Amino acid sequence: MIKARGLARRFQLKGSTVDAVRGVDLDVDAGELVGFLGPNGAGKTTTLRMLTTLLRPTEGEATVAGRDLRTDPAGVRRRIGYVAQGTGAGMDQRVGDELVHQGELYGLTSTKARAKAGWLLDQLDLAGLADRDAASLSGGQRRRLDIAMGIVHEPALLFLDEPSTGMDPQSRSNLWDHIRALRDDLGATVFLTTHYLDEADALCDRVLIIDNGRLVAQGTPDELKNQVADPARPDRPTLDDVFLTLTGRALRDPAA
Amino acid sequence: MIRETRLVFVRALRPMLRNPTVIVFGLSQPLLYLVLFGPLLGSVGGASGSSWQWFVPGLLVQLSLFGTAYAGFSLIPEIRSGVVERMRVTPVSRTALLFGRVLKDVLVLVVQAALLTAAATLFGFRASVWVVLLGLVLIGVLGVAVGAASYALALKLRQEYAFAPVLASTVIPLMLLSGVLLPMDRGPGWLYGLSRANPLAYVVEGERALMAADLGGRALTGGLVAVALVAVCASWGVRTFHRENA
Ligand SMILES: Nc1ncnc2c1ncn2[C@@H]1O[C@H](COP(=O)(O)OP(=O)(O)OP(=O)(O)O)[C@@H](O)[C@H]1O
Ligand SMILES: [Mg+2]
Repeated sequence: MIKARGLARRFQLKGSTVDAVRGVDLDVDAGELVGFLGPNGAGKTTTLRMLTTLLRPTEGEATVAGRDLRTDPAGVRRRIGYVAQGTGAGMDQRVGDELVHQGELYGLTSTKARAKAGWLLDQLDLAGLADRDAASLSGGQRRRLDIAMGIVHEPALLFLDEPSTGMDPQSRSNLWDHIRALRDDLGATVFLTTHYLDEADALCDRVLIIDNGRLVAQGTPDELKNQVADPARPDRPTLDDVFLTLTGRALRDPAA
Repeated sequence: MIRETRLVFVRALRPMLRNPTVIVFGLSQPLLYLVLFGPLLGSVGGASGSSWQWFVPGLLVQLSLFGTAYAGFSLIPEIRSGVVERMRVTPVSRTALLFGRVLKDVLVLVVQAALLTAAATLFGFRASVWVVLLGLVLIGVLGVAVGAASYALALKLRQEYAFAPVLASTVIPLMLLSGVLLPMDRGPGWLYGLSRANPLAYVVEGERALMAADLGGRALTGGLVAVALVAVCASWGVRTFHRENA
């Protein structure tokens, strides 16, 4: 579903350059649910923006959902969904209108888009908010609207950039159920970033860890835990331990 | 693509439909010119006719310029919040993303221009309906060009503090050198020469000719200049919407 080779992106700033992503190889099969982890600034969003046609790679190539990223970006766009790290709803638009509109942009008829939007608002616990301005939503409600907009057209491949940020525990586990259902019922492939390692552990078949623009590890959560298991310690490592060992940095340093 | 443009258009129009007073407030500037400046003009239009016949067409062009040049401001919060990026990931054509918005601004412009023309008749402006309709078409075409350029510029500059001064330093000279307020040939030669380099001056002359029911060379030139401006600005706009990271 995703095949990338040597994907790299360099940003030119005034007087300096940032190598955000330095040659990433990715292989994701159809139907996989893959987590993309890494510290702040590791290059996760940049990688996603390249794979979703928003950012031209400075080097490397990729096929995404069977289409070449460089030669057929429009073909890629037709087959994917993307929930960005930031919000995507227009603040002066009504919640329901915005969701229906998003479906229509992906080619759904207005009747279909309306039905799908109503169903999704219901599922994501936004039902009473359809007539409100997006600006009036709380942070977590807005995030749920973003998710709804990313999946309204039932994409074969879905990219989620920190989907559960700002959500309460119920919403988060509801979201997990949704993501699993997308994969199990619709056969969708899901590629998501997260800083919640319990989320990656609970949800993902496979985890990729990126640090400083390079992939530093990949495997199932269990494989990665075995990799860092310390025979001297009796307790089994968590994904947090994997992360800290491999990236040498704390995600949320409690002392900081 | 027509379907996609319509989708983007309807979305852009929605907040305005829920708050139509904005349309009327957008009229306040040309109305002030009409009421507080128009009466000063005397009979600049030439021997025959009132100065209103000369002044109102120029005022419509000014409305078109100011009404659409600032359109890009509405895009900046949507660039910042990620709305533009969300739409750029959809398969919708980049042309539709641009023109859906531009057409919203042009619709508002044409409604405002009709209201302004109606108000002008209270002061003694006279023109037949079909002449006014032709005049509205011309300023609508100009509005498409200016609106497309405004969105392209907003997309390039991305920040209000950068967009506002660039806009002001372009729009004001374009307006002053178009002969909207006073006939340019009354000024010194160098100023008149400068105004001849301003495409808007030809649109203003064309609009005046149209509104005087004179469909000769001036009207044609004005129309051709407006269409050429659309071609240039629209291709710049579409290219900017195509570019990555824009
Ligand atoms: N448009 C840009 N211009 C310049 N530098 C950029 C740009 N976008 C990202 N960067 C830099 O590239 C690096 C990777 O950023 P990226 O957003 O991909 O990180 P991330 O892994 O998503 O981090 P986070 O967990 O904080 O979201 C960072 O150092 C960032 O400052
Ligand atoms: Mg990020």
